Order: sequence, then C-alpha cells, then structure tokens
Amino acid sequence: MSAIIAKINQEQMKQDVAPFNVGDAVRVHTRVVEGDKERIQIYSGIVIGKKGTLMNQSFTVRRISYGEGVERVFPLHSPRVAKVEVETQGTTRRSKLNYLRLRKGKQAMAVREKAR
Amino acid sequence: MKIGLLGKKLGMTRVYDASGRSTAVTVIEAGGNVVVQTKTVEKEGYAAIQVGFDDQKPQRLSKPALGHFKKGDSAPKRLVKEFRSKGDGSEFQGVDLAVTQFEVGDIVDVIGRSKGKGFQGVVRKHGAAGQPETHGSMMHRRTGAIGMRSTPGRIWKNASMPGHMGDKRTTVQNLRVVQVRSEDNVILVAGAVPGPTGSYVVVRPAIKAHPVK
Repeated sequence: MSAIIAKINQEQMKQDVAPFNVGDAVRVHTRVVEGDKERIQIYSGIVIGKKGTLMNQSFTVRRISYGEGVERVFPLHSPRVAKVEVETQGTTRRSKLNYLRLRKGKQAMAVREKAR
Repeated sequence: MKIGLLGKKLGMTRVYDASGRSTAVTVIEAGGNVVVQTKTVEKEGYAAIQVGFDDQKPQRLSKPALGHFKKGDSAPKRLVKEFRSKGDGSEFQGVDLAVTQFEVGDIVDVIGRSKGKGFQGVVRKHGAAGQPETHGSMMHRRTGAIGMRSTPGRIWKNASMPGHMGDKRTTVQNLRVVQVRSEDNVILVAGAVPGPTGSYVVVRPAIKAHPVK
C-alpha cells in the first residue's frame, strides 16, 4: 500500500476502539439520523464474527429480536458506529460462530462466559 | 480554468463522507505537472499545451528529447501528453496545473491503459455464449460461425474473434471528485480507473458531464 493511501486510511481510523472479541455480548452505539436530528440507538447482541484488517475491519452482531434472529454487520471505523461496549466476555473455540444460527430458544444465545 | 492533469494511479481505498456513507475511491497522484511546450495556431496550426509528468533521469533519454525539454525550460519527464484548446489557446495564459484546479464534486473523465489479459477466446473477450458442454457437443467455447455464405463471400471487418484482450487505451467517463488533497498532490475520484496500480492516467474535465445526483 502506498504511503499516501496509508495516511488517508489512518486519518479515518478511530484511535480509541475498545478491544472486543468474537463471543462477547456487546452494545453497539449507532448514530441514527431522523429528519434533521441525530440520536444514538443501541443494538445489543453477540459478536459472531470479525473480518478485515486496518481500515476495512467489520464485525457481525447477532441477536434474537421478537423471536427472530437478526444479524447486522458494522464497519468498525464507520462514523455511524459511535461506540462498542462489551457487556460480558465470552470464550469460543472458533472465530466464526455461525453454528448459533441453527440453534433455537435458550441455546441460541448461549456462549460460555470467559472465566475470570 | 480546468485543463486536466497527468497522474499516477496509487490504488484504491474507501472514504466516509459527512453522513457516514462509504465510497470506494481511486487515489491519483498528480503533483509536478509542468508545461513543456505551448503550441499556437500561428506556428503549429492548433492551440495546445504539452504537459510533462514524473521526472526521468537524463541519461535515459535521447539527446533530441533532452533538447526538447531544455527548450521548454523543464526537467526531463517520463510522460508527455497534450491538452488541446477548443479555441485560440487563450485559456493557457498563466495556466495552473496543480491538483487544486479540480474541486470536490467536479465530474472528470479518466483515461488509462487497461490491464492486459493476454490472448483470450470469444467467450471472455466478446461475451459470446459458447456452445453446449454436453449431449455430444464438442464445440464448448469455440468461436462458431463468423459470417454468411457466398454472399458476401468474405468476413466482415471487426468480426469478433479471439485475440489479445486488454492493454489498450480506456476512458472512464463521469467520475466524481471526492477529495482534493493539495498537501499530498493527490485527488480521489469515486469508482475504479483503468490500469494497474502505478500506471499513468490522464484526468480531464468530463466532456459529457451531467449534473451530480
């Protein structure tokens, strides 16, 4: 990558991203524009995957909303993502938790918590 | 006055705008454009400026070429192109060939040399459908018919046949300028631009510009 492109990317990257891992239950603070007003909307769920490097990092958050599984992909360095808050840390043995999609009921969000 | 720029494709990245929308952009470095020669209607028969870009070592050029740069009061350059005037060339008076001649939101055309794809068949090169893969077919990706019978009794010119694909001058029209970074001598245009990273491109104001949506 050329130095100038690296610089353009560096300018846009957030410097203060709190680290989180696959399996963590997170609250993603997203900026939502309604009319001419902007407010923060919180989307909470389990991180089931991360991909990309540097400027192009993104992560997928899965939650069960009114009995229906919902997944949202967030670009980590997007200005629309205000903050990612970790609620509980989970331990996983794989990097993508796609097996959660096949599960129903209580099991659907069951990721073992990280032992302190 | 927007004339155009010679530049080098540095690669692609993404840029977020104020509303948080991401745009794929091509980064074009276009610093150090200099006028090598000014052509006039009286002398050459048409008005144009010859612009040079990217320094070249003097020992890599022939003496006549070096003499041409010396006459134009310019350092030796690797790439030399002309920008022709529509009128009498009065717009070239005190011409500014910095990246700042373009503004954010301008519509430009970018001309480059597309990536070479080598010798390709009709399916890849011309989008032919090909023939059946099975049921006894032995035609697969062959050319098929290329003409008629004894009338006209020859093959039309420009019949689509296999051959070398890519590595030719390609213009992409109506790209939006997303950012102009004068400190780096770089402009960012939305979308892709022909050619590999590191290849030379010409950026000019769009000749068929339509209003930005």
